[in-house]
Amino acid sequence: MTPIGLRERVLGRWRWMAAEPGSASWYFKRDRLAVFSLIVLAILIMMAVLAPLITPYPEQGRGSPSIMDKLKPPSLEHPMGTDPLGRDLFARVLFGARTALIAGFSIQLISVLLGTALGAIAGYFGGIVDETIMRVTDVFLAFPPLLLAMTIAAVLKPSLVNSVIAISITWWPWYARIARAQAVSVRERDYVRAAVGIGVGDRMIIIRHILPNLMTPILIQATLDLGAAILTVSALSFVGLGVPPPTADWGAMISEGRIYIQNGRWWVPTFPGLALFITIMASNLLGDGIQVVANPQLRRGSQ
Amino acid sequence: MSGDTLIDIRGLTVEYKTSAGLLGSRSQRTRVLEDFSLQLERGATLGVVGESGCGKSTLANSMMRFVEPIAGQIFFEGRDILALDRRELRGQRRQMQIVFQNPFSSLNPRLRVKTIVAEPLITHLDLTPAQLEERIIELLSEVGLNEAFMRRFPHELSGGQAQRVALARAVALNPKLLILDEPTSALDVSVQAQIVNLLGKLQRDHQLTYLFISHSLALVQHISDYIAVLYLGEVVEYGRQADITRAPRHPYTRALFSSTPQPDPESGRERIILEGTVPSPKDPPGGCRFHTRCPQVMELCRHKKPKAHATEAGHWATCHLLDAELESLQGVDAS
Repeated sequence: MTPIGLRERVLGRWRWMAAEPGSASWYFKRDRLAVFSLIVLAILIMMAVLAPLITPYPEQGRGSPSIMDKLKPPSLEHPMGTDPLGRDLFARVLFGARTALIAGFSIQLISVLLGTALGAIAGYFGGIVDETIMRVTDVFLAFPPLLLAMTIAAVLKPSLVNSVIAISITWWPWYARIARAQAVSVRERDYVRAAVGIGVGDRMIIIRHILPNLMTPILIQATLDLGAAILTVSALSFVGLGVPPPTADWGAMISEGRIYIQNGRWWVPTFPGLALFITIMASNLLGDGIQVVANPQLRRGSQ
Repeated sequence: MSGDTLIDIRGLTVEYKTSAGLLGSRSQRTRVLEDFSLQLERGATLGVVGESGCGKSTLANSMMRFVEPIAGQIFFEGRDILALDRRELRGQRRQMQIVFQNPFSSLNPRLRVKTIVAEPLITHLDLTPAQLEERIIELLSEVGLNEAFMRRFPHELSGGQAQRVALARAVALNPKLLILDEPTSALDVSVQAQIVNLLGKLQRDHQLTYLFISHSLALVQHISDYIAVLYLGEVVEYGRQADITRAPRHPYTRALFSSTPQPDPESGRERIILEGTVPSPKDPPGGCRFHTRCPQVMELCRHKKPKAHATEAGHWATCHLLDAELESLQGVDAS
């Protein structure tokens, strides 16, 4: 017996649309951290998209130097100070968000598509197809991911596209594993047997019956890994194998700025570091929240 | 067997491999069906009864070729479906469909009813969207559902409605054979009766042949023209429904009958309670497979496998008790 709240009054006859206790969205909404991180991520994405409108120095954000203003501490004019080339750090951080989010989402998209497709094929067909695909996967998993990504990035020319390719190559096998495990269990379900019994071809069975029913754990993992992907892009840039200057990248900014921390110019590496921290934190917490909603066993007792 | 035979199963043997030990070093073979033979008459219902693990579902799965038997033939109108290649098999599948026990697991939770029922039509026929829609509405009304159900998802259906959708999908291509693998045992009792009635109507309208698998003898008696009683992968008794009901010959069949509730409490029938559980098919008992639990076990049963004895036209059972009975009958004749 809950008193009729504002929301119910506003929704009126449509209040059945509100999340019912026990439903997935109800649980998600109760997970304040997850909701908060979703909001943070949404703001980050908006700031990245609208970067040129938010900052008065979009040219500096894209990389043009302004030597006269170099290494100014945070002020009203430059809320995060300026870097060694006199560029407004806030503008650089905003444009860095573009790099980080574009790279992070691209890596997740490529890895999920590639990994899920291969994993689903391996799990559905089984036998020699399964063995072949999964042994290749094992080879990739045997390398430490960062080391493999650095090696590939070093062979390719440093660029945003190449670092996305390098990281995706180390990333997809994780999704292939999850997808395969799911496909093996979905394959045995009666609706797949019914489809086989009807005479539906293998390709259509995979597309219509296997893939849609294995996406949930894949999407949870993809959300959880978004932060790690962004961190890896930054790590590549930090060691100089990632996005080349003058494109703004948080990893490169931290790398270039770290020597200034010794002579009191703390703001140079700190603000890109904070931006990286907040982004990764938000995507991890969001992933946790989604996992709890999708997996009722992890739900905390109702209260 | 009189009449026109639709399905003729001969010497069907199915093995499952089970691995044990490190890296599956001790791989075991379990014979679920061995040298299994059975015939189905066109347009009739054959009820297959047995406890869990007796090979009922394996029989269904081999007929649908979900599992590959290691020996035997299954003739469908004289054509061995076990010998068909992939392409031929896909065509053959139009003729035979299966309905599973749990309708919620046999309907893809991500697809709407419309798409589920459309799947066989799209796979085998070349219909325009309008024809497709018309056919789906027709099929749904045949199973007692209206058009409004087309846009529903399986989780928005009751168990009975979901099984009706599964039936609509199964009869969509006008198959000749429907394998019903315990189609009512996941449903409420009141709904079971409706589905059984619907099955009867569909059989009349489409001249369907049913292979009705169940663990409930009472239900099988109600719906079947012929009954096959399975025990540990073998048919122990086979015959017309009326013959088996009137005079069950095998001790196992009698035990099954005595365990089904009777509406008349005064009938005063003795209850035969079987001791123990079904032995593991991994290590079936020698001699008669039923001897470990048979209330009328004899020394002979432990060593010698009984032969099938026909007791009347088209009714036979495999039991040593019948040896003795027949011998005494012959003795009477001779005198």
